[in-house]
Amino acid sequence: MSSIALDTSSAIGKSTANTAAPVRIAVRDLNFYYGDFRSLKDISIDFYDRQVTALIGPSGCGKSTLLRTFNRIYSLYPEQRAEGEILLDGQNVLSPSIDVNELRARVGMVFQKPTPFPMSIYDNIAFGIRLYENLPRSELDGRVEEALRKAALWDEVKDKLRQSGMGLSGGQQQRLCIARTIAQQPEVILLDEPTSALDPISTGKIEELIEHLRTEFTIVIVTHNMQQAARISQFTAFMYLGELVEFGPTNKMFMTPTKKQTQDYITGRFG
Amino acid sequence: MDTMSRSTTAPTAPWGRVRRSRYLADRALKAICILFTCLGVFVLGWILLMLLYQGISALRPEVFTNTTPGPMTQGGGIANAIAGSFILTFLGIVVATPVGVLAGTYLAEYGRGSKLAEVIRFVNDILLAAPSILIGLFVYTLMVQPMGGYSGWAGGVALAIIAVPVIVRTTEDMLRIVPGSLREAGAALGAPMSKVITKITWRAARAGMITGILLATARIAGETAPLLFTALNNNFWFRADLMGGVANLPVMIYQYALSPYQNWRELAWAGALVITLTILALSIVARLLFRKDVAR
Amino acid sequence: MVALSQKLLVTSMDKPSRRSPSFNSDQIFRLASLSSALLVLIVLAGIIGSMIYGGLPAFREFGLGFITSSAWDVQRDEYGAWVAIVGTLTSALIALVIGVPISVGIAIFLTQLCPPWLKRPIATTIELLAAVPSIIYGMWGLFVFAPLFAKFVQIPVSRIVEGLPVLGTILYARVPSGVGVLTAGIILSIMIIPFIASITRDILDQIPPVMRESAYGIGCTTWEVVRHVLVPQVGVSIIGAIMLGLGRALGETMAVTFVVGNANRLSLSLFDPGSTIASRIANEFNEAIGLQLNALMALGCILFLVTFSVLVLARLLVARATVK
Repeated sequence: MSSIALDTSSAIGKSTANTAAPVRIAVRDLNFYYGDFRSLKDISIDFYDRQVTALIGPSGCGKSTLLRTFNRIYSLYPEQRAEGEILLDGQNVLSPSIDVNELRARVGMVFQKPTPFPMSIYDNIAFGIRLYENLPRSELDGRVEEALRKAALWDEVKDKLRQSGMGLSGGQQQRLCIARTIAQQPEVILLDEPTSALDPISTGKIEELIEHLRTEFTIVIVTHNMQQAARISQFTAFMYLGELVEFGPTNKMFMTPTKKQTQDYITGRFG
Repeated sequence: MDTMSRSTTAPTAPWGRVRRSRYLADRALKAICILFTCLGVFVLGWILLMLLYQGISALRPEVFTNTTPGPMTQGGGIANAIAGSFILTFLGIVVATPVGVLAGTYLAEYGRGSKLAEVIRFVNDILLAAPSILIGLFVYTLMVQPMGGYSGWAGGVALAIIAVPVIVRTTEDMLRIVPGSLREAGAALGAPMSKVITKITWRAARAGMITGILLATARIAGETAPLLFTALNNNFWFRADLMGGVANLPVMIYQYALSPYQNWRELAWAGALVITLTILALSIVARLLFRKDVAR
Repeated sequence: MVALSQKLLVTSMDKPSRRSPSFNSDQIFRLASLSSALLVLIVLAGIIGSMIYGGLPAFREFGLGFITSSAWDVQRDEYGAWVAIVGTLTSALIALVIGVPISVGIAIFLTQLCPPWLKRPIATTIELLAAVPSIIYGMWGLFVFAPLFAKFVQIPVSRIVEGLPVLGTILYARVPSGVGVLTAGIILSIMIIPFIASITRDILDQIPPVMRESAYGIGCTTWEVVRHVLVPQVGVSIIGAIMLGLGRALGETMAVTFVVGNANRLSLSLFDPGSTIASRIANEFNEAIGLQLNALMALGCILFLVTFSVLVLARLLVARATVK
């Protein structure tokens, strides 16, 4: 891990951060609790439109927890709660009046392990679309194809759309999950260590894919691989022990971090 | 808040796209699941309350001292049936425990990956759910016919056959969750496998194994069908050699509940209350014991 | 040379042998556990053997006609299994029709909807239902449920359907006593609910949480998560759990004996008394002699075959799913 961080410099700055982009998600004074344990402490951070923001930090720092507040997936577990504000286009998604199901269609999420649903490849994608839109068959076909193309999976599966999604390889399954998410035309895509269960080649494909998706979606990615964060993100947030230590354009974070903790982590002195 | 003012993106679609029918279906599912769960809890409550209501009024002190009455006799008690049930259950568990524990040990410790162990595990799972009346018929053929009559021994064996699969299963499950490193540490000291098992693994899994034995006891204490053809029932205290019929609660309840005599029926209710409370207490103790062990 | 070998001998005798005594007890222990395990197989073989041994005279006497004949006449010594087979299958089927939705509903409640503090009490209650002896269900069924069932279901329903085609036959009670095949099925359903519910709960609990999260993550409601993602994922093992419940229902004896009515009559009405294989054996075995005894053993043989195949299938289905 330690050596990786050092030779990332060549990859940094492939695409520069657009600090003038509008804010898509604004987090204000967010606190998060697992029962009595406070795992996020007064987090305030902005996520910019059509930029990739990477959340990095040692395990247990709260980066996944933060990600899981944006679509309120944590609310499946009654002992977990969030306090503060998360404004998605100015709407506070933590407000009880928000329809969580619709929120989750607007803020898509891809998980660490690929999770194809127990249905055909076609239905895996169409399922999410059908939840919110009543489309005629031909249009639905078009949407499925579009999503698979965007996820760079179409060529590999176009002849077996009726086969089970469980039969694909790990990397293909993960791209299927990404296709499933983008088929719903969300505003934001959350990626929770999407490549940690994959081999290097599949990882490369997914990273390439993220680069393309950035033109259309606001992306937040949790990763413990700093090289990856440097390669694919425009903004990076470093978290430690539930606090946001430093946030800024990725190239700045990796080249000239202002906080000592960030520097130590990036150079591999801990974590 | 100045960042807020920079937020120029409008939502891609207005909120409120969720179809009402989706929420209707969702609410219907939730309502049905809650209703069904309440129904299950309600039925248990109903059965227990009925038992308490009928049983407590029948539970007079002499019920615990007198023997079961014959036809057209007033009063009587269920003392001999309680004693008989205790003996038969005890006999069953005493026979079943060593067999079940050893067989479970074989499956967990010696038979890992062996074809034979797989077959035995499968057959054991089948026996776990096999109709108990068939076990009664089996023991009838095995013991009652050759020995020329009903006996407590046959009843005990029938109950043991029902208890063994329960003990095998729990013993194996409990031994399997003992970490392998514990066994390795024992073996590294030069202890032979039998010593490792009896002194280390069994000890580590002790609470779980006792839970299994308690659950097996609870299971056989209320079994009626297998005793019907083996120990039967009678109105006297058991004989010292346990030959002939041995009075026991389940068969007594069966015979008395379906009788036309008022005092018999009352005794059946009293017996039903005694046996159900005993079994529920056994099951709850087993659960608590296991939970404490797991929590540790 | 001699001195050296003597010296060697002395040193080797100096060391106490550690191996041999424990080696023996090790072997004995291994053998004891192996033979205990084999005993499980012997019991199964014994059950099969005793059924065939006891039932063979009846099969020899009546041939395969034993299965299809609905006679059961002790005076004329003529026996057939058909009524009992039909009663067994009908009551078990009714038990499944009522019990399965309730069990699955309870399992879904416990795994998806229940607040954590309520989970353990409810799960324990449901499991305690399984510990209640079957004879208690029988008494409850006969003395509490049957009178209510006669008063509030059999009599009004019979009045409504009287004269109607089909329904007028299936749901008409000639003697509305509350007991009968339908009552047996209802009591059986209550008895199998704890089994199916707790196995289904375990199966649903085994699904990795990320599967649930990703379904909720695209905006599914609980119903959609259950219907489209969780149930298809584990459908096979839920069927296995249901088959296990079926195995129980087929072989259940005491509760059914109390409420089935014990009549050897082939009736198309679910309200009419009937009998099952197990209830007939329980009822008649102790007074049976000669061919009647063999006929009852033959019934046991059939029951064994049916439950055994159901249970084997169930185990295979459950096992296949858990291996995955």
